[in-house]
Amino acid sequence: MTSTVAIDIQKIAGVVPRKRNIEIWLLFFAFGINAFELAQIQLSTIEILTFDILTYWAPLAVAATVLHFILRKKASEADALILPAVVLLNGLGIAQIYRLDLATIAAGGTELFAFRQVIWTVVAIAAASAVVLFVRSHLFLRRYVYISMVVGLVLLISPALPFIGTSINGAQLWISIAGLTFQPGELAKIALTIFFAGYLVTRRDSLAAVGPKFVGIQLPRARDLGPILAIWAVSLLVLISQRDLGTSLLYFGLFLVMIYVATGRAIYVVVGLGMFVTSALIASRVLDYVGGRFASWLNPFDPTHYDAIGGSYQLVQGLFGLAHGSVLGTGLGGGVPQLVPLAESDFIIASLGEELGLAGMFAILALYLLIVSRGLRVAFNHSDDFSKLLTLGLSFVVALQTFIVIGGVTRVLPLTGLTTPFLAAGGSSLLANWIIIGLLLRISDTADSRERNGVSGF
Amino acid sequence: MNRELKRVVFVIMAMFVSLMISTSTIQVLAADDLGRDPRNVRSVYDSYKTQRGSILVDGTPIAFSEASDNNFRFLRVYESQMYSAITGFFSFYQGATGLESAMNSFLTGKNSSQFFEQVNALLSGNPVTGASVELTIDPEVQKVAWDALGKLKGAVVALDPTTGNIIAMVSKPGFDANKLAVHDGITSGNNYAELLADANSPLVNKAISGSLYAPGSVFKVLVAAAAIESGKYTADSMLPNPAKFKLPGTNTFIQNSGEGKCGGRATVSIADALKLSCNIPFAQLGIELGQNAIREQAEKFGFGKTVDIPLRSTASVYPKNMDDAQTAMSAFGQFDVRVTPLQIAMMSAAIANNGKIMKPNLIENVVSANLSSLFAPSPQEFASPISQSTADAVRKMMIEAVERGVSSNARIDGITVAGKTGTAQNGEDDPYTLWFTGFAPADNPRVVVAVVIEDGGGRGQAGRGNTLAAPVAKKVMQAVLRK
Repeated sequence: MTSTVAIDIQKIAGVVPRKRNIEIWLLFFAFGINAFELAQIQLSTIEILTFDILTYWAPLAVAATVLHFILRKKASEADALILPAVVLLNGLGIAQIYRLDLATIAAGGTELFAFRQVIWTVVAIAAASAVVLFVRSHLFLRRYVYISMVVGLVLLISPALPFIGTSINGAQLWISIAGLTFQPGELAKIALTIFFAGYLVTRRDSLAAVGPKFVGIQLPRARDLGPILAIWAVSLLVLISQRDLGTSLLYFGLFLVMIYVATGRAIYVVVGLGMFVTSALIASRVLDYVGGRFASWLNPFDPTHYDAIGGSYQLVQGLFGLAHGSVLGTGLGGGVPQLVPLAESDFIIASLGEELGLAGMFAILALYLLIVSRGLRVAFNHSDDFSKLLTLGLSFVVALQTFIVIGGVTRVLPLTGLTTPFLAAGGSSLLANWIIIGLLLRISDTADSRERNGVSGF
Repeated sequence: MNRELKRVVFVIMAMFVSLMISTSTIQVLAADDLGRDPRNVRSVYDSYKTQRGSILVDGTPIAFSEASDNNFRFLRVYESQMYSAITGFFSFYQGATGLESAMNSFLTGKNSSQFFEQVNALLSGNPVTGASVELTIDPEVQKVAWDALGKLKGAVVALDPTTGNIIAMVSKPGFDANKLAVHDGITSGNNYAELLADANSPLVNKAISGSLYAPGSVFKVLVAAAAIESGKYTADSMLPNPAKFKLPGTNTFIQNSGEGKCGGRATVSIADALKLSCNIPFAQLGIELGQNAIREQAEKFGFGKTVDIPLRSTASVYPKNMDDAQTAMSAFGQFDVRVTPLQIAMMSAAIANNGKIMKPNLIENVVSANLSSLFAPSPQEFASPISQSTADAVRKMMIEAVERGVSSNARIDGITVAGKTGTAQNGEDDPYTLWFTGFAPADNPRVVVAVVIEDGGGRGQAGRGNTLAAPVAKKVMQAVLRK
């Protein structure tokens, strides 16, 4: 308890926390980069600097600064690197969407995304701020574990419901209420992570209990397979009803990693992966839409898939864009990323890869890795098991989603309907991922027990 | 739980490493292949984004890019059809041919020799400007060659035998490359279809490619060189000289041109047979020498090889596995012997240049936008097919052929010219292919020329190399010698 006392003395004495000072400088750096990106885009496309830059720059900068000051007041020991890294990605996304808007305007189009993205960014950061303000401690969420389950399942199933469910590009991942479309699966991943964390913490001992032995392998007890079967059924239901392998893989992968960390039993992962791969293979045979995605993935250059409606055209055009970018890229505004359908959302990473090159792709991957690793660091250091599992789940879900999306664009996996966190145009995705950041920041404030005992770190 | 967390970290690292591998594969390893995919329009867009370099002749652009106010920022403009065979065309819809294709990396500024400019462009944000390509062509000689062919179909190649530099290269009919460079796809497509359908194949550079020609009697120069180079013959070696010759194993008789007896004696020297262009002595010489000896000599002259000047020439052909009758026919350039005018010019160049062929070349210099020279090829030996003494002996025969023989229309007052005409038969009733190749001045050659005229020059089987091809060659040689 000496450590909390030390913190209080700091606060009483009005000492400025070191982490927040690091954060604000890194934020200034990120704001600078974001402004530079917008300026570069204007100069290389419309060849003049206009005040529009402020429209796309200032809201994110102001909102992030406000969040920074909330952290100073309410979570002064929160991680200092997460916020600047996310701001860099979010700003880069806005800049690239703005760049694609300029191309749309030049071609006479009217469907623009950048301003909406700015609004959503502000809403999302406000939500993250609310999380920091109102989630009072890392244990607060533990009270809402079963409510989270219900909320999560309802959100997950809602796109398949009549009247509000909406299909876009073949995947049934959206709901549409009063003209606003929303991807509830994005928010569901938070609710389900909270539920998984709470459930697994209470049940870990019984789940870890040793069952019968079969050819030298310690099997779990049959009744402990219940939860994994339930989650498997839910993700299968998602796969069938929403026709998206990515969403189903995301939830199932999340659950497997969390149950593994909670119980320490790899057999769950082996059994779970086996079940998932089997069901995915069957789905690719039985469901035309999933099968088409598999075929496009394996032979995208084959004219039969390339020319098919909903075939590999988009994937191949994305590959052309990436290849065009080569090592250093064409420079922001220098390429033709607008040739790829959905360049501002599903294929934002191909747009960025074209204009920023392999160097930019590695930088983006490094930013994701940074965010994920800071989250995992919280999980490592936290003394409370619920918080440990929750931060692990939240960090892993960001990593897995990034992997599924970028892997889909670069042919590591079949293409899916998920969006690139923080970069892609889309309100639900921004909102959900910023709430995750809010939670990570909140929990990290109470994490660093080791640091307070003299181990230094940011 | 931290032990399990560490393993999860490895899983996450593996996911990100696989993304790094996949992006590296696409953006670096497979990037060139993806860039070349015909469904990828990005490379074509790219080529219109920067100002493409000009192709210059004696400092004057013959192909250049002009600022344009539509989506394509530049329009390619061609000055004259006289150069269409050399420049080829550069079209958004039909791709590129000729030097537009062969020198594309320089013209677009993408050549590795422009690396520092590319880095500079990346840093400054200004696009790389393409480099300009200056040709070895002499515009006056080119004009003379173009005009001399007039309405005839065919080709002219003139080169400097001591350097291999090409002084003139004409292929007729030419085409208007501007019609393909237009930005309107339908117009460009229609114009292209029309040019493709044209029976005179204007899109083919007849000097170096196309369906190739039977060389006829100009090939006797090569056979004479092969005979002397073998050491078994001299220019004065006597060959049997009957009025008619039955091809071995057939009932076919061949005759000398004009049904003459080639000097009227029972035997004739190789030199006289070349001077008077007699088929029967050469047919017998061919059988005696054998097809292998002739083929080996032909290959030393460059047969069977393509040459990048940097336009890629088609390889000329001396057939294989012939019987004696076919070998006899091949010795005076008939049967399936097929050549390009460039190959015939290279053959004459070896005679003119003491047995050595310099690599034919069109590029004088490549100059970047900031006026530094990126690429200036120096003369390069292509092959050494015959000894100097063989070259001297054949040169004398070729001088005789022009000065006192049947290649008389290439004579130039006050200058000794060496040369050989050819009148090649094609099908039974098809018009002849007319040839002249030679060089001047014979003792210190400054220009080698090869002229081919298709379709008997419009005179069917009445056309002769000496009447139609030799005068064209004469004008071209005179134009060079005037300088």
